Amino acid sequence: MEEVIARMQDDKNGIPIRTVKSFLTKIPSVFSGSEIVQWMIKNLDIEDQVEALHLGTLMAAHGYFFPISDHVLTLKDDGTFYRFQTPYFWPSNCWEPENTDYAVYLCKRTMQNKARLELADYEAESLARLQRAFARKWEFIFMQAEAQAKVDKKRDKIERKILDSQERAFWDVHRPVPGCVNTTEVDIKKSSRMKNPHKTRKSVYGLQNDIRTHSPTHTPAPEAKHVHVQIPVINTACFLCFSSKNSLLAYTEQYVEYDPFLTPSDPSNPWISDDATLWELEASKEPGQQRVKRWAFGIDEVLKDPVGREQFLKFLESEFSSENLRFWLAVQELKKRPIREVPTRVQEIWQEFLAPGAPSAINVDSKSYDKTTQNVKDPGRYAFEDAQEHIYKLMKSDSYSRFIRSSAYQELLQAKKKVKNTCRLKVYLVELPKLAIPVKPKNMSNKMAPACRPYQLGADRVSITYYQNVLQVWIIN
Amino acid sequence: WINTTFMAFCHIYSLVMAFRACLEEVQLNETLTHLKTESETLKSKLEDERAKLHDVELHQVAEKVEGLGQFVMKTRRTLKGHGNKVLCMDWCKDKRRIVSSSQDGKVIVWDAFTTNKEHAVTMPCTWVMACAYAPSGCAVACGGLDNKCSVYPLSLDKNENLAAKKKSVAMHTNYLSACSFTNSDMQILTSSGDGTCALWDVESGQLLQSFHGHAADVLCLDLAPSETGNTFVSGGCDKKANVWDMRSGQCIQSFETHESDINSVRYYPSGDAFASGSDDATCRLYDLRADREVAIYSKESIIFGVSSVDFSLSGRLLFGGYNDYTINVWDVLKGTRVSILFGHENRVSTLRVSPDGTAFCTGSWDHTLRIWA
Repeated sequence: MEEVIARMQDDKNGIPIRTVKSFLTKIPSVFSGSEIVQWMIKNLDIEDQVEALHLGTLMAAHGYFFPISDHVLTLKDDGTFYRFQTPYFWPSNCWEPENTDYAVYLCKRTMQNKARLELADYEAESLARLQRAFARKWEFIFMQAEAQAKVDKKRDKIERKILDSQERAFWDVHRPVPGCVNTTEVDIKKSSRMKNPHKTRKSVYGLQNDIRTHSPTHTPAPEAKHVHVQIPVINTACFLCFSSKNSLLAYTEQYVEYDPFLTPSDPSNPWISDDATLWELEASKEPGQQRVKRWAFGIDEVLKDPVGREQFLKFLESEFSSENLRFWLAVQELKKRPIREVPTRVQEIWQEFLAPGAPSAINVDSKSYDKTTQNVKDPGRYAFEDAQEHIYKLMKSDSYSRFIRSSAYQELLQAKKKVKNTCRLKVYLVELPKLAIPVKPKNMSNKMAPACRPYQLGADRVSITYYQNVLQVWIIN
Repeated sequence: WINTTFMAFCHIYSLVMAFRACLEEVQLNETLTHLKTESETLKSKLEDERAKLHDVELHQVAEKVEGLGQFVMKTRRTLKGHGNKVLCMDWCKDKRRIVSSSQDGKVIVWDAFTTNKEHAVTMPCTWVMACAYAPSGCAVACGGLDNKCSVYPLSLDKNENLAAKKKSVAMHTNYLSACSFTNSDMQILTSSGDGTCALWDVESGQLLQSFHGHAADVLCLDLAPSETGNTFVSGGCDKKANVWDMRSGQCIQSFETHESDINSVRYYPSGDAFASGSDDATCRLYDLRADREVAIYSKESIIFGVSSVDFSLSGRLLFGGYNDYTINVWDVLKGTRVSILFGHENRVSTLRVSPDGTAFCTGSWDHTLRIWA
């Protein structure tokens, strides 16, 4: 933001600052909101006014420039006058002004020309609160305020106008109008790493220690002195750039029709239409055509989709060659178990698939077999890693391609989409705290599928479900 | 005479030893400095080699790709209920439930479709910066300033006190910045302000693997989407994004092109690349096979940091949540901004696309979550 401010303040290409004459007084050092917006559109590659206003409002909210007659720090695209904040008050100086300072400031305001600088309601409330909190040292605060007011009176009128407004803007940032965002709030992850805790400035008016409340000061965390020598990591498998970028393109192109943001989903996107049919269909055991088509993209798609896995397994069982997939699935499952169960599971898998005379013997290359034999003696989650990799490659090149070419798969792919007309009437019941007869959701899972017995109502089948205070009547024909 | 010479000898001997110790220390420092310079030289050599392999930018290759049309993305749901800044959220695999956590210690499970709150837990610490949904949908994990990651099983009985069933799993020596279940309810991967990542067994709380290599706080992590993969990527305050092998604990790739803290990392759906968002106001795309940065997503008018990023299902769109309260949508291939979304009234702190890509959810310091589609 400070970079942008520097450009805004540039003599040649910045925003022109001028003094405006109004009635009996002059308004020094101002520029209008529209001028800011225009400058931003011209100099910051901003396309429209909305964006410019948003960014400008943020910069104002952080206190880099401010409207001269409003506590609320926003940018308006009109003739409202704005002024730049003096660098002394910039957020980068790590201000954390204390309440004593705020008290002095508010007190000082009450001593000044009332007509011009009357306290706003929220400021008056804050002043009252602070008076109660600092009752014992109020005399000191009052004295400080008096002293500052005296100094201010001696200043040049124009200079005073500018400084007063800048001081007020500073407090608008650090004690914002109720309802406004406090831009001084910091993400705790970043603040605890603050590079220069000494830089935090706590008193705007240089108030000294013993009168202020004892707030915990930042003690810099003792820096662990360890020299970190970064060992550059060398990636051995380094593809040629061009081909890898093409693969990114290819992937995106292949999946474009599955991306709801790019291709409207069919049935409709539940979030837009408030109709959850899409999810119901996906949860059903019958996969849609589009879903089945996706399995042909690669073996991972089949393995990722539970219905795909099921179909793949079914196909392999029909060929009496399901042991590879079952082994692969078993090893995946092994890695998901708690560590306590691992040794037993490893033995079970070994016995079932790899031990001499195993009932579902799989064919692994001798190297992997030897390694696995060793691993099984000291079983860990990755005991079958080599064997699993070998089996995966085998499935990918052999079983998977046969599956995709199989009639079973082709049938699923050609299957006509069942056209189901579901008409639904939603009746919202506002409050159902106590019912004479408690209506228990039958077979209600967390899915939206109407999972209760349908009734016959003429030619239509009707289901009634009750879930989360909503009575739903489904008419399925 | 013998006494004095002996004394003198001892004195000289001690001086010599002291001198040798000094010398060794100097040598040690020199060796260290030498190692440092050597490491820097190797680093720049590596960059040179990487640069040689680079021929064209991603957006040039993507020139032939059709441009994207206008997007109409709106807030479809607003979830109100948190009393303070929302810091993190995660989707359930059922595509409609989410868990969110906030600065006041509250962790809430919502059915985002109906906007109903289903569960709520109050953590004993403030600033719950990380939360995650278990793959089964039966538990959530969360943590933050307590330096721990705890797992809460979700009960169907609304009246049951969830807090009573809490299970402490991970223990770090600084704040927990991110957590994620692997593809199982039984393992959790965490990252922390103590500069490390770690893999834990949920049932026993045992540390399965730790990952050292970041020189500062680790702020984010993401698991590779592959069925067979065993890798994840992490980003930290040291401006580096590291790719790790979960089995060995080794860092297998490292990228350092950002100019400030990396707040978020997310894999491209194919697993061959990942995106990062940083305080330097840019998002970047790193290709794992080419081993380099292949795109930067930035604009002169964007001067606030990126807090979180995620891809649409096909990987064509990159959504970024920013500290200037907006969401910028980028065309990943062409490198241009497709849309800017307003709505939140304070920083966007977290952003995730739903598991089926039908919507994305954002959480903000304005205490609300929004679903966009």
